[in-house]
Amino acid sequence: MTESGNMQATVQQIIAALKDKPGALLPILHDVQNALGYIPPESIPDIATALNLSRAEVHGVVSFYHYFRDTPPGKQTIHLCRAESCQAMGGKQLEEHVKSKLGIDFHETTADGKFSLEPVYCLGNCACSPAMQIDKDIYGRVSTDSFDAVINTMEASA
Amino acid sequence: MSITIYVPCDSSAVSLGADRVASAIAQEAAKRGIDIKLVRNGSRGMYWLEPLVEVATDKGREAYGPVQPGDVAGLFDADFTQGGAHALSLGLTEEIDYFKKQQRLTFARIGKTDPASLTDYIENDGYRGLKNALTMTQEQIVQAVTDSGLRGRGGAAFPTGIKWKTVLNTASLQKYIICNADEGDSGTFSDRMVMEGDPFVLIEGMTIAGLAVDATQGYIYLRIEYPHAFDVLNAAIASAYEAGYLGENIQGSGKAFHLEVRQGAGAYVCGEETSLMESLEGKRGLVRFKPPLPAISGLFGQPTVVNNVISLASVPVILDKGGDYYRDFGMGRSRGTLPVQLAGNIKRPGLVELGFGLTLRELLYDFGGGSASGRPIKAVQVGGPLGAYLHESQFDTPLDYEAFAAIWAVVGHGGIVVFDDTVNMAEMARYSMEFCKEESCGKCTPCRIGSTRGVEVMDDIINGRNLDKNVPLLRDLCDTLLNGSLCALGGMTPYPVLSALNHFPEDFGIDAKATAA
Repeated sequence: MTESGNMQATVQQIIAALKDKPGALLPILHDVQNALGYIPPESIPDIATALNLSRAEVHGVVSFYHYFRDTPPGKQTIHLCRAESCQAMGGKQLEEHVKSKLGIDFHETTADGKFSLEPVYCLGNCACSPAMQIDKDIYGRVSTDSFDAVINTMEASA
Repeated sequence: MSITIYVPCDSSAVSLGADRVASAIAQEAAKRGIDIKLVRNGSRGMYWLEPLVEVATDKGREAYGPVQPGDVAGLFDADFTQGGAHALSLGLTEEIDYFKKQQRLTFARIGKTDPASLTDYIENDGYRGLKNALTMTQEQIVQAVTDSGLRGRGGAAFPTGIKWKTVLNTASLQKYIICNADEGDSGTFSDRMVMEGDPFVLIEGMTIAGLAVDATQGYIYLRIEYPHAFDVLNAAIASAYEAGYLGENIQGSGKAFHLEVRQGAGAYVCGEETSLMESLEGKRGLVRFKPPLPAISGLFGQPTVVNNVISLASVPVILDKGGDYYRDFGMGRSRGTLPVQLAGNIKRPGLVELGFGLTLRELLYDFGGGSASGRPIKAVQVGGPLGAYLHESQFDTPLDYEAFAAIWAVVGHGGIVVFDDTVNMAEMARYSMEFCKEESCGKCTPCRIGSTRGVEVMDDIINGRNLDKNVPLLRDLCDTLLNGSLCALGGMTPYPVLSALNHFPEDFGIDAKATAA
C-alpha cells in the first residue's frame, strides 16, 4: 500500500472506532496524532464527513489547540517549560542554551529531523524546576549540563 | 518474610530518577538474595528529598533521601532494609517536621499507599464515604457537602454544596459530573499528585457527586501534559468497574455511574469551565457567555457539575467523617484544609496541606526554608499566572479567601511561586501579558487585542520609552481587561501586571511616588 493509502487506512480505523462517542472530535484527533505524529491536512475531509462537520470546523479545532500539529514532528519532541516557577529557577537561561545547542527556535525541527522544540506552560513539576518533557518522559531540575547529557545520549543511541 | 520498600512513582520523583532507583534496588536485592517487595507509592510531597525511599520497619516507615542509583549499594551495605543508619537517613517519615506539622485530610493516603491497588485503598479508609452516601438521600448528601463549607479549590472558591443543589433541583433526563483536571496554573501540582498518588479518591468523590445530583456520566478532563496521570486514572477506573464501584449497579444499589477520562490539547483557557465543556463537545475551546450557568445548561446543554480535582477528592472524607469534621478546620469563611504547593525558588518545595489561616511567611520560611538560592525573597506569586505578585510587606497575610481579596490578591488553586531578588518584575509583567496573548481564546476583544497591546506597551516601558504616557496607558488597558473581559483569563491578567507595577515600580523605571497617580 502507498504511504498515503496507509495514512488513510489508519485514519479510517480510528474514525470507525470513535465516531459514535459524544464529542468525538478531540479523541479522534488525539488518536490520529498518536498514530501518525501529526494530523495530516489530507485527513481532515474524512474526519469532517464522519462527524457531519465542515472541513473548516475541523481545521478550526486543530489550529485552536497548541498540542495538535499539522506537520510531521522530529523523531523526538522536547517540551520546555516557560512558566513562572521554571523562570524563577533559571528557565530563561536554560531556554537560550537549548535553542543554541539545537540550533532551532520554538516550533521548529532540527535539520536532521531528530528533535522538535515546543514551549509548554507548566508540566506540574514546579517543585523540581526547571522542567522539560521529551516525548512522555519528564525531567526535573534541568541544568545546561544535564540537558546536554540527555541530548548527547539520545544522539548517540539514535 | 519479605521486606517492603517504597519508591514513589509520582512523575516529579520520576523526573529526578525514581525509576532508575527502583530498578537499582530490585537488582541489588536480587544480587544479595534479600527478599523484598517493591511498592511504587505516591509522593509524600517533600520534593527536595525525592527520590525518597522508605522501608517498612517495626517502628514505622524509615526514610532515606534524596537517593540516586549510585547510593543503592551503599544503602544495602548499611543494612537499610532493617532501618540501618546511613548518610541519607531521615528517620521515620511521619516524624519529619515538614510532614508532621501538616493536617492531611484530602492527602491522607498519598505517599502511604500503592495508588494502583484498590485493596490498599479500601484498607486505608477508602470507599467509606460512598458507603455512607449510599444510605443517604440526595438532599442529605448535598447538605453534608454544604455543611462542610467546602468551596471550589480550582480557584473561584464557589461553595460546592450550592452548585450541587442547583444541579439536583434542575430536572433533566441526563446530567453530568465533570472533573476539571486541566491544572494549567504554573506553580501548582496538587491535582497531579492526587491523580497519580490516589486516583480512587477522585473516582469515589465523583461517584458520590453523581449519586447526589442524579448524574450517571462523569468525565475527567485531563490536560495532555499529564500522560502519567492518564495511565494511572485509566487503570484505576478499570479496577473500579471490575469491583462494581463504577457501572450500572454500584455495590448492588441499583444506581449507575460511568466515568471516562478525556484529554485536553494544551489550551490553558480550557481550564475555564465553559471553555472546557466546549472542548469536551469537540469544539474550539471558546468561552461561553454566562448565564446560563453550567449547573442549569452545561455539557451538551444538560445540567452539569464542574468541580476541580481537589474539591472532588475532598468529598469522600466529608461523607466519611461528616461535614462538621471538615468544617472545624480553617478560619473565617474559608473552611477545611488547603493543599498548598510551594514552588519556584524555594529551599524546601512541596505539598503542605493545612487548615486555612497560616500566613505566607510561615509557609515560605518555616516550611519552605527561604529561597533555594539563599538570596532574599523579593516577590511571590500566589494562585497561578493570573494571581497577584506579593511584596515582602504582605507576607503576614493569612491564607484565607477573604484576607487575600482584601489585599487585591487571590488564593486560587493554592500555588505559591517564589522569586529571589534577581527577578525583574517588569519582565514578569510583560510575561503575564504575553501568556494572555498566547492563551486567549479570542472570543472577547479586551483579552484578544488587549493582551497584544499589553505586550507592546510593556516593551516600551522596559525600554524606557515615554514612561509618562505609557504607564497610564498600561493602567488604562488593565482597567479595560479587568472590567470588559468575558472570563478570568483577560479579567485577571491585570492582577500580576498591576501588582508588579504597584509593589515594584523601580523595576519599571519609575519612582514610587509616580505610581500613586
